Amino acid sequence: MRWLRERLVLILGLLVLVYTFVPIFVVVGMSFNNPGGRNVYQFGSFTLDNWKDPCGPDDLCSTLLTSIQISLLATLVATVLGTLAAFALVRHDFAGRSASNLLIFLPMAAPEIVLGSSLLALFVASGFAGQLGFWTILIAHVMFCLSFVVVTVRARLAGMDDDLEQAAMDLYATPVQTFRRVTFPLVLPGILGAALLSFSLSFDDFIVTNLNSGNTTTFPMYVYGQERVGVPMQVNVVGTLMFVVSIAIVLGMELRNRRRVAA
Amino acid sequence: MSETVRRKGRIGYLLLLPAAAWLLLFFVVPFYSLVATSLFDPAGSDFRGYEMDYAFGNYVDVVRDYAGPLGRSLLYGALATMFCLVLGYVLAYAIAFKAGRWKNLLLVLVIAPFFTSFLVRTLSWKLILADDGFVVNTLQALQVLGDDGRLLATPVAVVAGLTYNFLPFMVLPLYASLDKIDHRLIEASGDLYANPFVGFFKVTWPLSLPGVVSGTLLTFIPAVGDYINAQFLGSTNERVIGNVIQSQFTDANNYPVASALSVLLMVLILAMVLVYVRRAGTEELL
Repeated sequence: MRWLRERLVLILGLLVLVYTFVPIFVVVGMSFNNPGGRNVYQFGSFTLDNWKDPCGPDDLCSTLLTSIQISLLATLVATVLGTLAAFALVRHDFAGRSASNLLIFLPMAAPEIVLGSSLLALFVASGFAGQLGFWTILIAHVMFCLSFVVVTVRARLAGMDDDLEQAAMDLYATPVQTFRRVTFPLVLPGILGAALLSFSLSFDDFIVTNLNSGNTTTFPMYVYGQERVGVPMQVNVVGTLMFVVSIAIVLGMELRNRRRVAA
Repeated sequence: MSETVRRKGRIGYLLLLPAAAWLLLFFVVPFYSLVATSLFDPAGSDFRGYEMDYAFGNYVDVVRDYAGPLGRSLLYGALATMFCLVLGYVLAYAIAFKAGRWKNLLLVLVIAPFFTSFLVRTLSWKLILADDGFVVNTLQALQVLGDDGRLLATPVAVVAGLTYNFLPFMVLPLYASLDKIDHRLIEASGDLYANPFVGFFKVTWPLSLPGVVSGTLLTFIPAVGDYINAQFLGSTNERVIGNVIQSQFTDANNYPVASALSVLLMVLILAMVLVYVRRAGTEELL
């Protein structure tokens, strides 16, 4: 009884954690599902067919490719611009710093539907309604990823001691050398984390994308469109792969950090 | 820790410029454009476009026509935020205070499920809550649900989906706050004969308030704007404001009405957030 009382919170916490994994088990399980009949929301029988032919359904892999392209580009642009801005906000003093902080905070406080409809209103008003597609999606994704990059990198920079940089300067390192050999490696985990966050935000986005996509279809839009007619089981294969790959990346980064600390 | 020296001069502006310009062009200007569009004459045709005529009546119309979905969005968002707070607090507390050396692993596990696509995750709830599924059958056997009771296509499913999908936005800020608390303060309350409950409400809870405030905001704002959960897990009776805005834009092509709804939603959220932050007494967060 006493044992239970001492561990009650931990057990409840772990139960919550298990709850968050329930849908993942369902997704993994359904990736081996042969629905047989028409109801794709029930488990029929076990099959490996979905895994052997993930690109089977029309448009699944082409929309996936579109999503990956957009997310990679959006991540690249947002990470570079956001990192520069984070350096400016932490390391430099200038008039308008607090206004800039507000400008960066606001997009995170606006619901996606508002961000998406604002952009659409602008594109329509400025005569770009016919050009909606890949590039307008990219513009939108960079916009909502930027703030998250700035916040993540800024937190890393603000928590960083500049003693090491001072030491490098004392040892006659030039500013460029100091940046390349000391500052940048120290901030890098923050930048990588921000990039990872950007990629998953961009890859997963539906609401903003859907409003500004024109005829372009991303993977989330594909899933949304298929929901009415019944989603092909291969979507669960993609879901499982996304889960496995991102876990591998996160664990890989964590291991690398550990080894660094140990070394 | 030594205070970082802030350099003055033009370089700061140069570093900030690209990001600030992007946000000005694709966030601030669009919002202005949205407000302008919301005041256009909705009778404008596709050929000559809309005309600006300061049609503030649009706002009266949308409140009259869409008060239902608007209220539902706020209600579902508030309920989901509440459930997230309860579940998230337990989880964050367990990780911060009870996990020991497993802390980092558990934090990774908190976000891990959310790497799978949002839509795929929500679809799998459709399966879990399905009629004749395990959950519904169990609840029926326990007489919680009637024999023909269902979960899918009800508000319960929508709120459950929202709670699930936005849980990490609650857990991470809560954890950040709880992890900073000096354990000695909690021990001191015990030494001063506070029982664990009193200790929790007088020490731990107040110290975790910054996390509670940012967690509830990070959950509430996206939950109010979301319409995927309502679309996948609810029926047409659970249409939320996001559904309406989206279909007014893309299906009905009624831009002024859609824009007015969007602006209204943003204003409502900002107003609620400001009042909430005032009352919570943590203004320095913003």
